[in-house]
Amino acid sequence: MTASPAGRASSAPLMGRDAEPTLFEISVPGRRAYQLRTTDVPARALEDLVPAAHLAEAPVAVAEVSERDLVAHVTRLSHRQFSVDLGMYPLGSCTMKYNPKFCDAVAADPALASVHPAAPAELTQGWLEILVNLEERLCAITGMAAATLQPAAGAAGELTGLLLMRAYHASRGDVRRRVVIPDSAHGTNPASVTLGGYEVTTVPSNDRGLVDLEALRRVLGPDVAGIMLTNPNTLGLFEEEIVEIAAAVHDVGGLLYYDGANLNAILGVVRPGDMGFDIVHMNLHKTFATPHGGGGPGAGPVAVAAHLVDFLPGPRAVRDGGRLAWATPARSIGRVHGWHGNALVLARALAYIDVHGAEGLTRVAQHAVLNANWLRRRVGEILPAAHDRMCMHECTLQATLLKERYGVRALDVAKTLLEEGFHAPTVYFPLIVEEALMFEPTETESPQTLEALAQAIERIAERAATDPEGMRRAPQTTPVARVDEARAARHLVATADTPRPL
Amino acid sequence: MADYLPHTPEEVAAMLAFVGVDSLEGLYAHVPAAVRLAGGLDLPAGMTEPDAAAVVAGYGSRNGARASELVCFAGAGAYDHEVPPVVRALAGRSEFVTAYTPYQPEVAQGVLQAIFEYQTLVARLSGLPIANASLYDGATALVEALNMAHGATGRSRMLVSSGVHPHWRAVARTFAAGTGHVVDEVPLVGGLTDWSGVDTAGVAAVVVAYPNYLGVLEDPGAAKALAAATGGLLVVAGDPVAAGVLRSAGAWGADVFVGEGQPFGTALSFGGPYLGLFACSDAQVRRLPGRIVGETVDTEGRRAYVTTLRAREQDIRREKATSNVCTNQTLMAVAAAVQLGWLGTQGLREVATRCAQGAHYLYDQLAAVDGVAPVTSAPFFREFALRLRRPAREVVALMAAEGILAGVALDALGGPEDPSADAPDEVLLVAVTERRTRAELDHYVRALRGALR
Repeated sequence: MTASPAGRASSAPLMGRDAEPTLFEISVPGRRAYQLRTTDVPARALEDLVPAAHLAEAPVAVAEVSERDLVAHVTRLSHRQFSVDLGMYPLGSCTMKYNPKFCDAVAADPALASVHPAAPAELTQGWLEILVNLEERLCAITGMAAATLQPAAGAAGELTGLLLMRAYHASRGDVRRRVVIPDSAHGTNPASVTLGGYEVTTVPSNDRGLVDLEALRRVLGPDVAGIMLTNPNTLGLFEEEIVEIAAAVHDVGGLLYYDGANLNAILGVVRPGDMGFDIVHMNLHKTFATPHGGGGPGAGPVAVAAHLVDFLPGPRAVRDGGRLAWATPARSIGRVHGWHGNALVLARALAYIDVHGAEGLTRVAQHAVLNANWLRRRVGEILPAAHDRMCMHECTLQATLLKERYGVRALDVAKTLLEEGFHAPTVYFPLIVEEALMFEPTETESPQTLEALAQAIERIAERAATDPEGMRRAPQTTPVARVDEARAARHLVATADTPRPL
Repeated sequence: MADYLPHTPEEVAAMLAFVGVDSLEGLYAHVPAAVRLAGGLDLPAGMTEPDAAAVVAGYGSRNGARASELVCFAGAGAYDHEVPPVVRALAGRSEFVTAYTPYQPEVAQGVLQAIFEYQTLVARLSGLPIANASLYDGATALVEALNMAHGATGRSRMLVSSGVHPHWRAVARTFAAGTGHVVDEVPLVGGLTDWSGVDTAGVAAVVVAYPNYLGVLEDPGAAKALAAATGGLLVVAGDPVAAGVLRSAGAWGADVFVGEGQPFGTALSFGGPYLGLFACSDAQVRRLPGRIVGETVDTEGRRAYVTTLRAREQDIRREKATSNVCTNQTLMAVAAAVQLGWLGTQGLREVATRCAQGAHYLYDQLAAVDGVAPVTSAPFFREFALRLRRPAREVVALMAAEGILAGVALDALGGPEDPSADAPDEVLLVAVTERRTRAELDHYVRALRGALR
């Protein structure tokens, strides 16, 4: 061996001077980390077990690293990542609240995590209890009759809900073509509508940021299968005419679908079932803190009113005398998940609900709303609210003043906030609000943290006046500066093996 | 009652005063009284974490199939592989656990690069050039593949081998109600898909599982020939561990690879959260569902990663999006990348080989047991189906008393509509992983002999 080994150092300090090499770049042929059980199973050659036509000519190249290399690599990646545990993450519409460590421990419990999904019900009674208890709790929270826990995320719940809608109408010999969606809706709503086999009819918001009831009545008709609503809506405002909206939709034979993205605002205060909704999905990773996992796993259970229970996906865990069993509803739309849903996420949500109880969940909602309103008032002179009145768990603010005066846009504000050590709010959503910055502080941030955010926004306003150019180059203190998104899309390099553009 | 709120009563009072209401309830004054909940939620009272932990321990103790009680021979798409402490520690880092979708790439390079490495590994396993950032699970990955095939061909007929996992086929049927796709399930004969005699008109996709859910190594070449003849896309649904040594989906001519990624770094978890693997040919990249991470540079010219081809996605294209998927299964994708990094090139091959060795050792012993007959003589990889003298559910129950989760009773998996076998209640699927020792395999043989006596 020469004095100087080839290849890249895998655990020498980078101190932010350089990009982290990839797993493939720190690979050295012959290095290894894995250790397997000693099994004493006869070691026959693969060629004796599997016909040659099925075998690959060469092994799949992975990487060859030591365990220490792997730990350094992944730990350093983690240091290039913002997270709720690190600091405030006021990403509107995403409910980035603190995720209790207790719930992590529940999900890691081997007595839950080691259970095979196809083990018979007699051998998985604990799991079935978890599912039944969670379903009952979610129905109590939403005011619905029964739920499926299968959908793996909110968007999966939406599509499940639309298929339930479809099955319900079909069962009545009723062919319907359209689903109504407000212009403030999340993009998943229209995408789900298309996959559910319906056409989207958009209904505008009025000048108060709410569904325009008269406009809604004009688009309703006998071919409307239903409406998808988020309440509070994506502006963070409560749809105050929900009773009238529900009546109008039900009058034409349509169903009301509740997008539970913003359920955190109303726990224990008002229930979707009592508002007239027929179908409700919940985002357990938001409201029940299961966490977000860098973009999944989530869980999107769907609860329904009594007239839709027979159509729910199956099998569902149900009480059967003193035992628990699987049962598929009579007119089930079928499975929507390979197994029983994201079970460990479901177990976390049950733990979260049971620690809080009824009173605790209500306090969660109240404090989320308190924090959002405090922030709205505190920074309103710099970032005026799109609708300056009582909001729910999030407030949609605007960078319009900064743009008019200094040419600084919402995106620049968001990127400069990163330099201030806060995660950015959601920007340019809802689409109907100009220069939107949607802040959702969540209930788990302290008044002191909110004040620190407000002061950061004040500093940003001062900087907009003196250094707008600098703000357009922000952030500079993060692991990378603004990235060239156009180049990424123009020359797709989605793997380490893709030829690079010259 | 416990909660995680930081506010003191004095702070709440001051904040309420600043906001201009006199109570927390006052924040909701504009919510119509007619729909407001009176009397609070009908839920059990809250409890402290230690008290809740005791409740959770109770649930666990009533899971007779937990690993401390039963040695796992169940598979059917969910496998008991080694997940070492290093993988759990790294994938469990709170920077990954408590982040969200990397909307702000400047502070999300960790998740983005981990996904990029994951995409590279899935592409290599599949033998295809592009992989996405993951989907919910194998079953929903299949649905997305069918949607892609519809987009690519403008046709709606999906020829799906009955060797594809029964739950995956069930999920495909469910979503077809919305998309209008026709899911034609092509029967198995002798454990292998019988493509002869299928109607070749209007085919969007030909789907074959490799190995299929009975463990059998199908001939993807036959499916490829059918896809080529009909102009449909070839979708290969693969076991990613087997993919470590088998001829790749790409090498068989697949346009799309889908798989269940649970075997890489995710515990059995009672079925979720798992990991939907998805890779495709260059020709289909604009139709990819879900997130995809691409490499680029920042304004200083440094290498950086970002979610890309965003114009396909629901938040931009709304009702014209390629998919309604918003999140993926990032945490499981990170775990898979770390697990594969830990295994390395040699470890992946060794795990796959040991699975096959164990399965064939057990199969050879069981074939000699009175009351056991193989369902098919076709070659298999790490799982096989046996026809037993008595109902498989009874055998599973009897063997549990011997400390063994004997496998998956076919009728519990597919239900009576499954077309793959007559008397499916007598068929047991048995899977072997690298964690099963020879002593465990020998014990299995004795226990099954006893259960059939």
